This record gives sequence, structure tokens and C-alpha cells, in this order.
Amino acid sequence: MTAPLHEPTADAAPSAAEEASLAEAGGAQAVQGRSLGRIAWERLKRDKLALTGGIVVLVLIVIAILAPAIAHLVGQDPETHHENLIDPLFSTPKGSLGGISGDHLFGVEPVSGRDVFARIVYGSRVSLLVGFLSAVVAVIIGTVLGILAGFFGGWVDAAISRVMDGLLAFPQLLFIIALVSVMPNEMLGLTGTDVRLFVMILVIGFFGWPYIGRVVRGQTLSLREREYVEAARSLGAGRLYILFKELLPNLVAPIIVYTTMMIPTNILTEAALSFLGVGVKPPTASWGQMLSSAIDYYDSDPMYMVIPGVAIFITVLAFNLFGDGVRDALDPKGSR
Amino acid sequence: MNCYPQGPVADPRAAYQFGGSEIVTTQRTSGRRKQAFAAAAAVAALLATAACGGGGKDNGASKDGAAGFDAANNKVAQASLAKKGGTLKFAGAQDADSWDTTRGYYGFAWNFMRYYSRQLVTNKTAPGKTGAELTPDLATGLAKITDGGKTYTYTLRDGITWEDGKPITSKDVKYGIERSWAQDVLSGGPIYLQQVLDPDNTYKGPYKDKSADHLGLKAISTPDDKTIVFHLPKPNSDFQEMLAMTSASPVRQDKDTRSKYALHPFSSGPYKFQSYDPGKSLVLVRNTSWKQSSDPVRKAYPDKITVNFFTNANDMDQRLIQGDFDLDIGQTGMSPQGRTVALKQHKENLDNPVSGYIRYAAFPQSVKPFDNVHCRNAVIYGADHKSLQTARGGPVAGGAIGTNMLPPSVPGAEGQKYDPFGFLKNDGAGDVAKAKAELKECGKPNGFKTTIAVRNNKPVEVATAESLQASLKKIGVTADIDQYDGSQTTGIIGSPSNVKKKGYGIIIMGWGPDFPSVQGFGLPLWDSKYILQSGNNNYSLIKDKTIDGLFNSYVKEMDATKKAQIATEINHKVMEGGYYLPFVFEKFINWRSSRLANVYTTDAYSGEYDFVNLGLKK
Repeated sequence: MTAPLHEPTADAAPSAAEEASLAEAGGAQAVQGRSLGRIAWERLKRDKLALTGGIVVLVLIVIAILAPAIAHLVGQDPETHHENLIDPLFSTPKGSLGGISGDHLFGVEPVSGRDVFARIVYGSRVSLLVGFLSAVVAVIIGTVLGILAGFFGGWVDAAISRVMDGLLAFPQLLFIIALVSVMPNEMLGLTGTDVRLFVMILVIGFFGWPYIGRVVRGQTLSLREREYVEAARSLGAGRLYILFKELLPNLVAPIIVYTTMMIPTNILTEAALSFLGVGVKPPTASWGQMLSSAIDYYDSDPMYMVIPGVAIFITVLAFNLFGDGVRDALDPKGSR
Repeated sequence: MNCYPQGPVADPRAAYQFGGSEIVTTQRTSGRRKQAFAAAAAVAALLATAACGGGGKDNGASKDGAAGFDAANNKVAQASLAKKGGTLKFAGAQDADSWDTTRGYYGFAWNFMRYYSRQLVTNKTAPGKTGAELTPDLATGLAKITDGGKTYTYTLRDGITWEDGKPITSKDVKYGIERSWAQDVLSGGPIYLQQVLDPDNTYKGPYKDKSADHLGLKAISTPDDKTIVFHLPKPNSDFQEMLAMTSASPVRQDKDTRSKYALHPFSSGPYKFQSYDPGKSLVLVRNTSWKQSSDPVRKAYPDKITVNFFTNANDMDQRLIQGDFDLDIGQTGMSPQGRTVALKQHKENLDNPVSGYIRYAAFPQSVKPFDNVHCRNAVIYGADHKSLQTARGGPVAGGAIGTNMLPPSVPGAEGQKYDPFGFLKNDGAGDVAKAKAELKECGKPNGFKTTIAVRNNKPVEVATAESLQASLKKIGVTADIDQYDGSQTTGIIGSPSNVKKKGYGIIIMGWGPDFPSVQGFGLPLWDSKYILQSGNNNYSLIKDKTIDGLFNSYVKEMDATKKAQIATEINHKVMEGGYYLPFVFEKFINWRSSRLANVYTTDAYSGEYDFVNLGLKK
């Protein structure tokens, strides 16, 4: 599920601008013979914050993949109710700090007594799955349409650009809320939560592609006038060849940068949707849904709000730091 | 604990930036990293506030004469302290469906309507069970019943007047009742009188009435201004209960603004509308034409009554606790946040009445395998009743485990004494062995799949659905939860064809009596005649000749003891059919400010405080 962050296409030709900037920086010793990927990796390695972010992201991915094993390790699962741990008068967990104990590392949920640790661990699956896959959807659509618009120009460009403008002006959160609430319970062989996940991924991705599409289009516009493209064209290369062999490799850097930037936003969108009650269905755990149910207990059981809040915060922060580092590494001159 | 910000605190704008940047991102914003740190600071500040929020105020303000915990539950608290005058302040999280006496169907609205409307007979202004009894109001006495229970005659009192001083006549009473026939203009209210007086629906309502006085309804005659006679095609032993509902209030024809009547109902009671801004506020002031001597029921203590509507229940609870308002007009209990604070710090301001509601799951027989009684029983046995009770809020805020389908406030109810499925054994835990045995008999030894339908706007109901889902998993029944738009109840779960199409095997709902009798509670739920194509409430689609027959004999029976016996029998038949899984006999935690006097809950309005005689101490 990881994006190919560390080894972008090896044969990507470093642009003249890149080379020049490196020479100016004067930090590099051997200027020749290094690929863009390698240069970026060298830069990334020096950026401690970005590396920390990257490590946290990796850890989160491992947690998401191994969620059942981790929950099993602490002897909990996200759906078992423990009403005996709930104060019958107040509906909140017995004991201090939301019922944190050796058995329940992060305490238990108010009312149902489900283990918060297990739900956080399982909730990471929903967040990361939606975050990554919807970014993938956006990248695919955005790259294809952006490249087409930039390369062909004319009415194709006009049409695609207007669609992008339209989508950017669309109140996407409201649209998703409306769409998710009218979705059938069964669709394409999926049921319940899977339908919701599927719809969320598609829709978040669909509304995200113009951001990537615009960048790709702009980049393509400038790249198609470059000499090497001219050269390829004069040697008789076909359109497809130019698109995929000449242009695409040079678009990899901005695409990667935008993907890493898009994932945390998508994670927040998922959390917002779950918070508003149109995310995954119960009993599936999700951080946004936990936050939403914590509202009623923020006073009497603040830990229940703090824990998923911190989980979202750490995840988004890690992705942002990492994405920032990747951008600095790949595109040090990028306009900020 | 003191909780004012002291020393350096994070700039609140940082928190704002946090939200703003994270939701709008995807553009190359400058200084993202800086924002991330600002966000970190903001979160740190939030954590600090959260940790501090647990304290709240404890300035001893509650020791100001509150009557004590449960002091007004089924008994009168501080009756002697009530003084004339003052402003009684209601708060509400939701406006009434309509303040038009004909159209309102919310229990609290009926309760409140007694401030500005009078009826021939009404419920006694007394606590608990006594409150459910009837007493004459506009009439001089209870009905003179003749002709084998088919003719009811009332004589009106002297001195009864409208807010402009004109006398209330029997024709006004008839016109007010006739209005409920005009369902095309005035929908929403109860239609019991229509079903009893005109079961074939021959009268088309006063607006389509061609007669000069628009009083063409044959079933009611008004021989003179002081006499009104009801002619029932068939006897109904709860007929006076129906007349005691506020939907039988008089309405004067020249003041009838039809669908706009809710904005200013013309008062026959001690208070009249001064202003009403729907969804925001309502102010009643004294009706100076009303005479205490003409009204044996209403005490009319305060000079002014205000209602303020909030959009957020937590907000409202907080204002109640702060003492800005006297009570919640909705009377459906405090929300978890306010409840916890109130129970910890202001227990003497709380009452914990039984609401009269039963919270339950119904099993539509049109959805397989719930056509089979054994599969229904399997779910009933398999459910963890303690867990469902906890989901409803626990024994205090949620209610006692419901063991059958008749609310304790209804005559003939046995409460937890009747426990046909043994819910109370094992401390309310589910009986997995029995559930599995029932599954085997149903031909589904390995369980089955089904869908639970639950309103999306009731977190507590969603919690019960999740609890049920978890306990059914243990007997191999996989239940998917479908949260539908709670404002569309009538069209979604109220439509049997939609229920079948969606495969809703389990519907989570609640029901309280319209008037405290088995007819006022159970008829729409259990009688086969009440299966409707839209707005259906007989979710289980019960078509049981015995139950229908028992209802028929109930309405003919005039003796109270025998009526109660039949009610008990109906309840037993419903439970034996395995149509319902009751969760709780609901209880609320309601707030009563320390200013209130003469406070008591009444069974007439399902455990709500009796609004009409609330007084203030100063």
C-alpha cells in the first residue's frame, strides 16, 4: 500500500534547472551521475523532522496492517462490550482517566465499555485506507486528465479545465454527506461498512483530482515545449510515446509531492464524515466517530475525547511533516 | 476548582488556524510546518482545558431551597411555597410540532396547552396515578352516560370565557372537535375522536361543510349553548379520556385562522399568547378575562410564562444548571453531559420519574426469518438485557429492564412482575442456550443475517442497536445496522412495503401512551386494523384475532377493574407472540429549578411535571 516514495523512476532525467540549483547550493560533491531519486533521498535524509514523520507514518501503516494481531496481543477486540466496567449512574467508565488499566491501556468507551485501545488500532485501518486509496484515485484521474489537458491544449484543455474549476467550486463535504446518506446498503457485492468505505474513497478521490490535475496540466504545458520533446517528435515518436515516456517521468516529482500532501487532508475528511455520522457504520471503529460520541462526555470522561483526537493529530502531523520534507527534497525551488 | 486562564495560554487564533489549514489544505500554503507547530500548541491548550473542565462551579448555589432528589416524583414538592406572580421560564431543545390544539401530538405540547386551552373534562392536577384520573373542567361534571354507553351528555359551567370576554359555548366545543376532521388542512393531531364518532369518515370537516354554521357533524349535537351531546355509533369505554386530550379543546369559528392557528391559538385558559417566534421563543401572559371561580383545575400562579428554544441540548442543560431557566419543556430527560454534572453537584434539583415510554425492538413478520416465532424468540432470548439497559443510560437515567410491553403507568400493567422470557434471571444477561435451542426449532441452527433499522438522530437508540448487534453475534445472528433519517420515520419504517424491501428484521423504536390506557398505548401497535401503508406503527404486523377481539371487548367494558384485567391479558398475548423485545421501562432525569414550587410528576403526561399548576416561590 505504500507509495513509491524512496525510489522514483530511476531513469528520470534531472532537469537543467535541478542541476543548476544543486551546483549553486554547493553542498553536493559529485554533481554528475546521480539520479533525481538519489538526490532527493540525500536531501530527505538530512531533514530530521521529515524523517521522523516518515517513521511515524511507517509505524502507523504497520499498526493498521497488524491491527488484529496487536489487539489480540493485549487480549482485546474492538467490539466486545464490557458493561461491568461502566458506572451505571453516569454511563462513564469506572475508575480515573476513562478506565485506563492494565487490561484496557487506553480505557474503555462510555456506555458500551468497548476497549478504546483496540478501537484506536482498528480505527487506523479506516483512516489510512481511505486516506491512501482516495489519494490514489485522485492521482490517477488527476494525472491522466491533467496530462491530456496540457498536452493537447485547445478544446480538450478548455473542457477539462472548466470541469476542474467546477469541481473546485463544489461544496464537496455537503455533497459527500448527501451521497453517503442515500447510498444503498448493498452495492456491487459489498455490504454495510464496505459500501461506505468504497463510496468515501471514490468521492473524496473524485473531488481531490483537480488539485493534482491543475499542477500536472501546468507542468505538462511547460514540458511539451522543451527541446527533448521536440527532438522526440522530430524523430517520429508517437503521441503516446511522448506522453508516457517523455512527459510522465518528469511529472513524477510534483505528483509524489501532491500525493503526500493529499493523504492527510483525506484522513481529516474521513474523520469529519465519520464525526458527522456518515462515515463507516457501527460497530466498525473510526477515529472521527469516536470523537463524535465523545462530545457527550467531554466533561466527565475527557480521556475518551483526547485519545482519538491525539491519534488523528499525530497521524496528520506525521504525514504533513513527511510530505513537506518530500517536497523540499524533490523540488527545492518550488514556489511556497 | 478555579478554571480561569492564568499565565501564558496558547493564542486562540492558533487553534483557529489549525482547523482552517487542515480542512482546506491541498494548496501549497506557505509555512505549513509553522502551522503544524501552532496546531501542536493549540492541542496542548485544548488538553489543558479538557483536564480543567471536569470541575465546574461549586459555589454552593444549589443549597438554595431545592426540594431534594425525587421530591416531586409522584408527590407534590413545596406546594405551600407557591406564590402568585413571577415569570416561569421554560427552556426547550425543540419547538412543539404545533401549538394548534387540534394539531399537536407531542406529549409536552399537550401538557403545555392546558395553559391556554380548556376541555370539557381534563386530568386531575394531582401527582402520579391520581393525575391520570379525570375531573370536570368546562363541564359541570363528568359525562352523563346513557343508551348503553353510546350517549355522553355534558352541561357547561357558568362564567367560562374566551380571551376577549365572550362566553364559551357548546358550539365552540363542537367546532373545536370538528376541526380534527379537516386532516387535509390540519394534519398531525390525534384522531381518536374521529375514529370513534365517525368511523366511516362520512363528515368532511368544517371547511368543506356546506351548512351555514359549519357544524354539520351528526355525532355531536348542541341543543343549547350550555349542553353538548355525543352520539357514539359503538360504545368506547375510553371516550372521556379522548375528550380530555387537548385536541378536544374549543375553538371559536371567527378566530379560526386554519393552518395559521398555531401562531396564536385563541385562549380559553388562564394564559394567552403574547408573542410566538417559531423555533425561538414563546411568551404567554395572563388572560385577564379568565376567572379563577370558573376553573376548578388551574391555579395560574405565575404572571408570565416564557419558553426559549435552544438548538443544542447540552447548551440548554448548562443554562438550566446555571439557574437561567426553571425546567425543560421537552421533559425527556437531561443529556448525558448535563446529567452527570447535575447528579454530582445538584442532585436535590432532580427527579427520576418513570416516563411511561417503553423502548423496544419490533420484529416485522414480513421479513424472513422473523415470520417464524422461534427465530423471534431466539433474538429475544439472545439479547443481553443488562447491556441494552446500559446503552439506554443505566437503571437511573435509562430505566428498569423492560420485561413486557405494558408501561407501568397504564392500568393493568404488572411491571417487572410479569417476566415471561426470564429477562431478570442472571442479572439481565442473555440466555444463549435457550436462544440456540429456539434457533434450532426455527430451522436456522447456525444463525442468520438480518438488518437493524434505527433512527440516526438518536444516539441512545444507535447505542442500543450496537448492543443488540454485539449480543446477537454470540448466537450466530449477524445484524447489520442501518441508520435512517430520523425525520423520515413514517415513510421508512412506517411503510411495511419499504420495511420488507429493505429487509429490516429488527426495528428499534419507543412508544408512550396517548392517554393512560391499553387502548391509548397499544391499539395502534397491536391491532390488525391499524396496519397502515404509511405511518404504520404496528411494525411487527400483528394480525392476531385474539388480540383484536380483546380490544373489542375492552372498548365495550365500562368497569375499571375489568378493563384493567383485559389490558393485562392483551399484554400477555402480545408477549407470547414474541413480537417485541422490550428494552426498558423508561426513566428520565429531569431538572427542576430551586425557584419552582408545587411541582409534581403526573401519569397523565407520562411522568412529566404537570405544567399547568407550577408556581414560583417569590
